[in-house]
Amino acid sequence: MAQWFANIWRLGLKELRSLVADPVIVLLIIYIFSYAVYAVATGAKLEVENAAVGYVDQDRSELSGRILGAVLPPEFEEPQEVAADEAEAALNNSRFVFVLTFPPRFEADVLAGRQPEIQLVVDATAMAHAGNGAVFLRHIIQEEVAKFVSRKGDATVLPIDLVVRAAFNPNLNSSWFSSIMQVINNVTILSVLLTGAALIREREHGTIEHLLVMPVTPSEIMVAKIWANGLAIVAAAILSLLFVVQMVLSVPVAGSITLFVVGAVIYMVSVTGLGILLATFTTSMPQFGLLALPVLVVMNLLSGSTTPIESIPEWLRIVMQAAPSTHFVAFAQAILYRGAGLSAVWPSLVTMTVLSAVFFIIALMRFRKTMASA
Amino acid sequence: MTAAVASVSGLRQSYGAVTALDDVTLDIPAGSMAGLIGPDGVGKSTLLAIVAGVREIQQGTAHVLGGDIADAAHRRACNHRIAFMPQGLGRNLYPTLSVSENLDFFGRLFGQGEDERAARIKDLLAATGLSPFADRPAGKLSGGMKQKVSLCSALIHDPDLLILDEPSTGVDALARAQFWDLIDSIRQDRPSMSVIVATAYMDEAERFDWIAAMSDGRVIATGSPDEIRKISGETTLEKAFVALLPEAMRKGHVEVVVPPRKVADGPPAIEAEGLTKRFGTFTAVDNVEFQIAPGEIFGFLGSNGCGKSVTMKMLTGLIPVTEGRALLFGQTLDPDDMATRLRVGYMSQSFSLYSELTVRQNLDLHAELYRLPIAERAPRVAEMLAAFDLQDVADQRPGNLPLGIRQRLQLAVAVIHKPEVLILDEPTSGVDPVARDAFWQYLIALSRKDGVTIFLSTHFMIEGERCDRISFMHAGRVLAVGTPDELIASKGESTLEAAFVSYLREATDTARDASEGASRPTLTKAPRQARRFDIMRLWAFARRETTEILRDPMRLVFAFIGPISVMLTVGYGISFDVEDLPYAALDRDQTAESRELLEAFAGSRYFQERPPAFSGGEMDARLKSGELALAIEVPPGFGKALLRQEQPELEITIDGAMPFRGETVRGYVQGLALSYFFDQIERKQGRATDPTAAGLATRFSYNQAFKSVFAVVPSVIMLTLILIPAAMTAMGIVREKETGSIANFRATPVTRTEFLLGKQLPYVTIFFLSLFTLLALAYFMFGVPVTGSMTALIVGSLIYLFAATGFGLLVSTFTQTQVAAIFAAIVIALVPSVSFSGLLVPVSSLSGIGRLTGLAFPSSWYQQISVGTFTKGLGFADLWHNFAALAFFALLFIGLAVAVLKKQEK
Repeated sequence: MAQWFANIWRLGLKELRSLVADPVIVLLIIYIFSYAVYAVATGAKLEVENAAVGYVDQDRSELSGRILGAVLPPEFEEPQEVAADEAEAALNNSRFVFVLTFPPRFEADVLAGRQPEIQLVVDATAMAHAGNGAVFLRHIIQEEVAKFVSRKGDATVLPIDLVVRAAFNPNLNSSWFSSIMQVINNVTILSVLLTGAALIREREHGTIEHLLVMPVTPSEIMVAKIWANGLAIVAAAILSLLFVVQMVLSVPVAGSITLFVVGAVIYMVSVTGLGILLATFTTSMPQFGLLALPVLVVMNLLSGSTTPIESIPEWLRIVMQAAPSTHFVAFAQAILYRGAGLSAVWPSLVTMTVLSAVFFIIALMRFRKTMASA
Repeated sequence: MTAAVASVSGLRQSYGAVTALDDVTLDIPAGSMAGLIGPDGVGKSTLLAIVAGVREIQQGTAHVLGGDIADAAHRRACNHRIAFMPQGLGRNLYPTLSVSENLDFFGRLFGQGEDERAARIKDLLAATGLSPFADRPAGKLSGGMKQKVSLCSALIHDPDLLILDEPSTGVDALARAQFWDLIDSIRQDRPSMSVIVATAYMDEAERFDWIAAMSDGRVIATGSPDEIRKISGETTLEKAFVALLPEAMRKGHVEVVVPPRKVADGPPAIEAEGLTKRFGTFTAVDNVEFQIAPGEIFGFLGSNGCGKSVTMKMLTGLIPVTEGRALLFGQTLDPDDMATRLRVGYMSQSFSLYSELTVRQNLDLHAELYRLPIAERAPRVAEMLAAFDLQDVADQRPGNLPLGIRQRLQLAVAVIHKPEVLILDEPTSGVDPVARDAFWQYLIALSRKDGVTIFLSTHFMIEGERCDRISFMHAGRVLAVGTPDELIASKGESTLEAAFVSYLREATDTARDASEGASRPTLTKAPRQARRFDIMRLWAFARRETTEILRDPMRLVFAFIGPISVMLTVGYGISFDVEDLPYAALDRDQTAESRELLEAFAGSRYFQERPPAFSGGEMDARLKSGELALAIEVPPGFGKALLRQEQPELEITIDGAMPFRGETVRGYVQGLALSYFFDQIERKQGRATDPTAAGLATRFSYNQAFKSVFAVVPSVIMLTLILIPAAMTAMGIVREKETGSIANFRATPVTRTEFLLGKQLPYVTIFFLSLFTLLALAYFMFGVPVTGSMTALIVGSLIYLFAATGFGLLVSTFTQTQVAAIFAAIVIALVPSVSFSGLLVPVSSLSGIGRLTGLAFPSSWYQQISVGTFTKGLGFADLWHNFAALAFFALLFIGLAVAVLKKQEK
């Protein structure tokens, strides 16, 4: 047993040396955990922000002016006037996501109770903003029209004072979410690619064959790859969390970082194991790349780190339970945002552990068979 | 001896701290066979590479074939007249291509027509005895056979200057003789051809017209073999060379003398009983039997590809035995027995150590893995460095070292743990004579003093003579076993080489006689002037790349299934339609009014009721665990306050952990509350306070039903068509760098543009076909038709694919390993294509850094084309600027790749 650990230690050190021997890889790891996290957190927001609104005002009344005046940042950019015949082209080339059209005599009709209609055209291909943005615009219009009408006519007092409070992220600031999710996605990509590719590389260079004649077992080779690559990745992820996410982006972390690290380590074991498993199904780097890429894309996009897991169809949600990323994202969201403790997240930890074991055992069974027959 | 085919002067090359060439000035005579001899790492390879024009000159000049080789125009002009065969066992071949396909590729590079290629390949294969193996993949050949194929590839275009870097390393004695006969006969036909050879075999050097002996980056002697012998006063070149070495190098060199072996008792150390290995129908090793006594040095001699390596691998447990038994120390070999492995040292034929670790780190690693006690490790590593003369290179990485030094390192590693049995597969291939002798001294000491059993294979007859016993092997069978003297006597020959050849000829009957009087290529045509751009060469590369992909059906299947599986999962999975949000209520009022309010939530399709909560703490905990998306708290006295029109407060807490979902929930809640309010007002005032004083007609354009799939499916096409093609092409060039076939790009007339486009086209084609599977899937599975111009979509996709593969190739030019390349391609492409292309967030909402990152990458431009033609019903006229941008990227990437890729090695 002592020998087992000694070999794993030694082979792991070798693995770390190989990792830092390639400056391109080191630079990319730094890039992905710093600039990429920052850029995604600040640049791309799923919630309606800076949505581009165009308008065609055929009324030019006080009311239409008030409504447009209420379309405000941060949700919307200041509305831009557009000629009626250019509205469609502007939507086509994605200049606007929303175009409002006020009909002629709009205000007069409102006051006369003729219920005129404002037309709102939405670019439905801008999925993330289209739905929520339309709802927001509807509220703005209802509110402004109600105010306008009530000022002219009788006062309407709303019966309830509705207070909507967002827990854990009071301003629903998406950089809080996307920065941490980006870190998690990075862990997934790095773990699968680095370990899997490192194994294929050993195979292509004949070094794995050399290892197999030495007093070293496949499990030692695999565990060494897992701990060494995992250590580098988890360390990079934690540094990114502390410095980029907490310091630069000022995202508050609600829960225990220690608990998160424990989960991250288990997660890392499962995804590096997955990387090795994928590698045992392939014989060359191009094959490995072709197999790993779809797995990575699906694991990242459907884990709940991009769109809500509830909006994924039932059957696919069940399939995604086999992906460790789904559980880690749920785990990380509970701890980092909601400040949940072990009592709330243990099921995710258990599931990730089971998945790690399953990946590892299958990979181990395939290892000798596929690695030696080069 | 007339003019010089190549003359160099004042050449100095250094790599890091190592000086490869130190002021070399040399005139290599034309029309003759010139040899470079010298120990490993003295700069022979560097000099040859410079003369061949594949390496950049650092200092000094080199004139080759009447021009300055540093001048690119001259290189282009004389490229097709030079053939360069790099060092290594067929490293410039493509392993999945068959022998004839490999040669066909080279023929195409030199613009030969189909008939000419066929005729030349036939002749060359016949002359080298490779005809029976024409259809075997090059990767499945033995080392020596690969060398022959590599030579054929160098000879296919009748070069005027043939440069061979250790061509006969690892080639069996018979084949070597045939090899040189072949070159001789070619030279007879074409006396003007000049040949420059670097070799470690001194017996071969005897054939040369002219020799330059090198040591430590300098030329120490030149002249004919006779002149060299005369200068040194020795009788053989082997000895002459040693005598010519500077004192420091010669130090410690003594004649190898093998003392008699003391016969030890006990079972044989190694035993093969009817050992057989079959790969499919091919029998690699056929019923092999031998016994090796403890302390014996047992040599394996045989033709290339006769099964020596496979036999050795079976004895190490690397390859499972088909039939028979392999025994070590009298026990059947158990591949999983760690104790046995500790007692065995193995060295494989090809270099199998870590090229990213230094020499010393490699030794350290093995010392530890072989469980040397901590105190012994450092001294043992130092001892190995000294014994194998590796001190000077201890802190270098083996990837940059010459073959011979790498072999020494492998040997050092194999013996570092003082094994009782050593299995060495061609340990001295490519090692210079002095180092080889030193190595033998070491082996003999191990055998005679420590009683180590040594089982080795070799192509050097002189080494065979030093073995206690040897076995001749051919075609998977052992032909004879005995002491060298016995074997010589049994055939009535005078030398071991003659006996070996005699055994071999007997075994192969007359099969090899084809080489005698073989019609060698006579299709000498006027040398073709290499054109600046030749579609034939481009096609040669494209064709070869395609064949390689087709040979790998798994890769082809993945290339189609990968995008399909991404579309199926992501197409269904990414959705911004949020429904069934779980909520719980904490009703502290419990009045009719509060219940009425809560019913409004229960009735909504957006919300799904969970059991009510009974305390604020419970509610918090349930939000924390993620069970609830929102919590409604009705304060005490709500009902009364409502009736008294006191505007009671209603507090709703939503889970903001995922801001997008939180925002959606907030919208739903406000909408629900508003309609509830209007209900209330209506009830109070008995008339409708018209909430729709102004109506709002919302039209979701392009996608009336507002279904995510109409936006997601076109986006998935955008995503898969960049990531997968970029990752595939990113490995294209770097893979050749790793395997060594990049030499073909450097040494042949192919230009950078031809090379890169040749790499690019097959992948563009494959993924272009894959596009149609995606289009079919979009239409039939997802019901997402192309509403706009199909032509625009197809043309746009094609340009996009050129940009994507161009990006991959660009990545490939600046990375050094496949791991780094695939990693770089994915990591760089992922962020702009997922986050900043419009897949998730509309481009019009991107700000600052995100906007710029998106614009600086092809994905955001193609996204407009994909979504535009699929969903928005657009065509060329609406999207022309996106096409222009994509075309710009396609040209930019490939242009940069051409600029970054260097034809010459540094």
